[in-house]
Formats: sequence, structure tokens, C-alpha cells
Amino acid sequence: MTTTAEAPPPAAPEDAPKARGRATRKRLVPYWLLLPGILWLVVFFAAPLVYQASTSVQTGSLEEGFKLTWHFATYWDALGEYWPQFLRSVGYAATATALCLVLGYPLAYLIAFKAGRWRNVVMILVVAPFFTSFLIRTLAWKTILADGGPVVGVLNSLHVLDVTSWLGLTEGQRLLATPLAVVCGLTYNFLPFMVLPLYTSLERIDPRLHEAAGDLYARPVTTFRRVTFPLSMPGVVAGTLLTFIPAAGDYINAELLGSTDQKMIGNVIQSQFLRVLDYPTAAALSFILMAAILAMVTIYIRKSGTEGLV
Amino acid sequence: MRAVLRWLRRHLVVLAGLATLAYLLLPNLVVLVFSFNKPNGRFNYEWQRFATDAWTDPCGVADLCGSLGLSLQIAVWSTVGATVLGTMIAFALARYRFRARPAVNTLIFLPMAMPEVVMAASLATLFLNMGIRFGFWTILIAHVMFCLSFVVTAVKARVMSMDPRLEQAAQDLYASPAQTFLRVTLPIAAPGIAAGALLSFALSFDDFIITNFNAGSTVTFPMFVWGSAQRGTPVQINVIGTAMFLIAVLCVLGAQLLSGRRKRS
Repeated sequence: MTTTAEAPPPAAPEDAPKARGRATRKRLVPYWLLLPGILWLVVFFAAPLVYQASTSVQTGSLEEGFKLTWHFATYWDALGEYWPQFLRSVGYAATATALCLVLGYPLAYLIAFKAGRWRNVVMILVVAPFFTSFLIRTLAWKTILADGGPVVGVLNSLHVLDVTSWLGLTEGQRLLATPLAVVCGLTYNFLPFMVLPLYTSLERIDPRLHEAAGDLYARPVTTFRRVTFPLSMPGVVAGTLLTFIPAAGDYINAELLGSTDQKMIGNVIQSQFLRVLDYPTAAALSFILMAAILAMVTIYIRKSGTEGLV
Repeated sequence: MRAVLRWLRRHLVVLAGLATLAYLLLPNLVVLVFSFNKPNGRFNYEWQRFATDAWTDPCGVADLCGSLGLSLQIAVWSTVGATVLGTMIAFALARYRFRARPAVNTLIFLPMAMPEVVMAASLATLFLNMGIRFGFWTILIAHVMFCLSFVVTAVKARVMSMDPRLEQAAQDLYASPAQTFLRVTLPIAAPGIAAGALLSFALSFDDFIITNFNAGSTVTFPMFVWGSAQRGTPVQINVIGTAMFLIAVLCVLGAQLLSGRRKRS
């Protein structure tokens, strides 16, 4: 394979063959650097995906072993049986992503423009939860949303739960084991993934642009709509992708905060693989999930017109 | 009343941001408070009465500290592995133009854009069919795999923004390539490498989904927490959660202070 090294520093005049040998060696340097890591990714990331594809069209059982029979019907059966979980995953993940954007934007804005000398402190408070067990924190939501707890009490006395029950988001006078609890957990878990890219793109905006907009008699809302928000689009796109993708595949929030009525596709894959031991179905389901997400992400990136930015 | 409304309107963004911060930190507060609880039954979800039992005896639950030790061990080794391999890839990508570059970039990006469940299930399928026993090594292999991309991204960003003239200057001053690398390149890339290592440590230590598929009967700390959610959560879990939060905050604060002092001097 021929390669061109990026503008090496001009070599001192030397014997021609020696220089050529060195040039060849230099050209191979990036490949030696890449070799171990890329090999790791090919063997333990790419190859398993290919293997997974072949598993999804196998038939058999755990006792008799699985054979490659090109049984594509697994895909149809899986889709036919589990389409509600697929739809629910997309719906929950999309809602959580939208909530993350609405909640995360003010926080990112606060850190970028308003925090002043508190910036580092706020930043640490956003990042620190990353370093503490997220399972423990998700379990804490069980306490927060518990029946008879203060949150349920307040929402109940404000008659909020009546409205959300009517909308189908909660059931009766409770929050735990309802769609709202799962979405709340998802929003919470992936919020930092939204705040950090938003902050990065907001921080790059020159504050003088805000002053300029003000000088041109733009009201704060107009400044935000016409200047700040468009300039933060790379952060919005990166943040929404970073929250949507893991949220769609997550099964922890649905398992801990939801009931059997809130199962997402991750829960199905997990139980097919680890409990039912039906590997072809698990493989087919994860392939459908992957394809759906790739398709949605591609369309989204096209639509938002920031292909070069992510 | 009008004044209050005007004040509210002016500080709306700050108030909303602080509300989000509160939402983000509320569970940490609950974990802290409930680490001082003395629960009645097996589950630590309802406040009963104040006790410091769990803090004085954090390892009082069977297997808890063992799983914690295992998680730390795996996190350290996968951080070492991912940081070494990832830094090499990052240097290759940031410094050289070669034909396979776009393909390599895609291969680095994909693991970060893939739902964890998909990666976890496919890697486990491979291990199953190759007849490899699940345990410490399969967890380690999986963790190095998914941490790698994050290290590459962190280090690459740092190396790309580095001024190439610094290295040329070193060579002008007759530094050998090895000297240039060790005395100039590596110190400048160090913050990126440190960030990558820190991130992969946190990711590995906290990973549940990929570990759950590839661990067999080996129990890491997140898997212990997961199991305890079904069997009954000991208060000690809250103690460890709180301790981790405090250690993280102190570490980051310490690093901030150090870098601030260095900047001033």
C-alpha cells in the first residue's frame, strides 16, 4: 500500500539508498502505530458484528447447536412480536432527548456566559456524577418517586397526576412503574451528555456578538433565536445524538423504574440473550435496533445540515 | 409584585440552569442522606432512623468489597490498555496522512455511536461460539474495546491543536527524534492522554450493560448493585456511592487548584 507521510521535516542530504530506506520506514510508521489498536477493534468490535449477522439467520437450539440456515423469517417474527417495544424505545428516547435539550440548554448557557468565577465549580458538579455509580443514582430515583413520597404528594395536591394519568403518562396516584418515571430516569441519566457538547459550542461564541445584537436593538429573545441558537447548532446536534442513541438501547431505566408495561427493546434483547438463550432472535433484534438508529441518525444529520460538524 | 416579576424574568436563564443542576444532583443528595439510614427490611428505599452503622462498617456485606476490588482492578487494566493503544492510534491519525485514514476514522467513531446492548450481545455471541470462558479476561477485552475510541478522541483533539513549530524548534536545537518526543511532544499531549485515561477509568468502572453480557458468573461492582436492586439493597451501597462522589469532586478540585497555581507561577 502506498502512503504519503505528512510533510516531513526536510531531510539532510544523505546517501540516496539510505534515505530511501528511511523514507519507507517513515511511511510505515502510522501503520505500526495503528496496528495493535485497530486489530483489537477489528477482532472484538467489527468481527463480532459480522458474526452476529450470521447468528441472526441461524436456527437450532442450545442443546442441538445452531446451524446457518439463512432463516430470514427470524427478523419478521422478531419485528411482529416486539414492534411495541421498538416503538416505545424510540418514543421514550425521543422524549428524553427533547427534555434533555430543554433542561440542558439553560444549564450549558449558565456555565458558558453567566457563571463567571463559579464556572469551574458548576462544571465539576455536572461532571462529578459521571464518576459515581450511575446504577446507585438511578436506584435513588426509586426513593424520590416512591408512592407516598414528597414528589408524589406535591404533584397530587396540584392535581398534576390527574392530568398526566389522563394523558397516559402515569397510572392512578403513582409515579413509579409508569412511563413518566422511565422517561425521567432516561432524561436524568443522559443529561450530562447533552450539557457538555452544548457548553463546548456555546463557549466558542464571541460574547461581543450578543452586544452587537443588543446595539442593533434586538430583544434578548430575538438575539437568542437569531444569533445564539443557530451558532450553537453543532452542540445541539452532537448532544441530541449522544443522548438519543444510548437512550434508545438502554434497559436499565425501564427495568428499575418501570414495570412490565414499559419494557424497551434493550430489555427484550437482554432477556432473549441471557435468560431465554434464543441467540438468533437476540441477534436479529439488535440488528434491527442498530439499523433503525443508523437510519434515523443519517436522516437527522442530513436534515440538520451539519454533516461536516459532527 | 412587578419588581419580583421583572427580577424573575431577568434571571430566568440562571434560575432554569440552577434548577437543572438541582435535578442532576438530587439523586446524589438522596444517596448521601440514605447512607445514614437504618432500614427496617432488606430494602433501603424508605427513611427509618439515623444511624452511622454503614459508614463504620462499609465492607459488612458479603461480596460487596470483593466486587468493588474486582471493578477497580478491571478499570485500572483496561485504562492502561485503552490509553496505550488509543494514544498510538491518535498520534497516527493526527500526524500522518495515509490512505486508510477515513476507514480508521469510521472504525473509531462507530463504537461510540452504537447502542451498548448491540456491542455487548455481539461480542458475547463471539465468545460463546469460540468456547471462551466468561470471566475476568472477557470483561477486560470488552472494556478495552469500548474505552479505546474515547481515548483516541481525547488525545487526537489535543495533538491536532498542538503547534508543529514547537517540534521543529526542538529539532533545530539538535534534539534527537526520541528527545523531541519525550521532552516536547509527550508533555504537550499529556493533558489529552490524562483526560482519555480518566474517562476510560470512569467508563470501565461504571459499565453495566457490556459487562453484564460478558461476565458470566463474575460479579463486578455495578453487577452487585444491579443484583441487590432485586434482592434488597444494603445501606453500604449508598456509603460507597457517596464516597465515590466525594472522591471525584476532591480529585477534580485538586487538579483545578494545581493547574491554577501552575498557571499563576
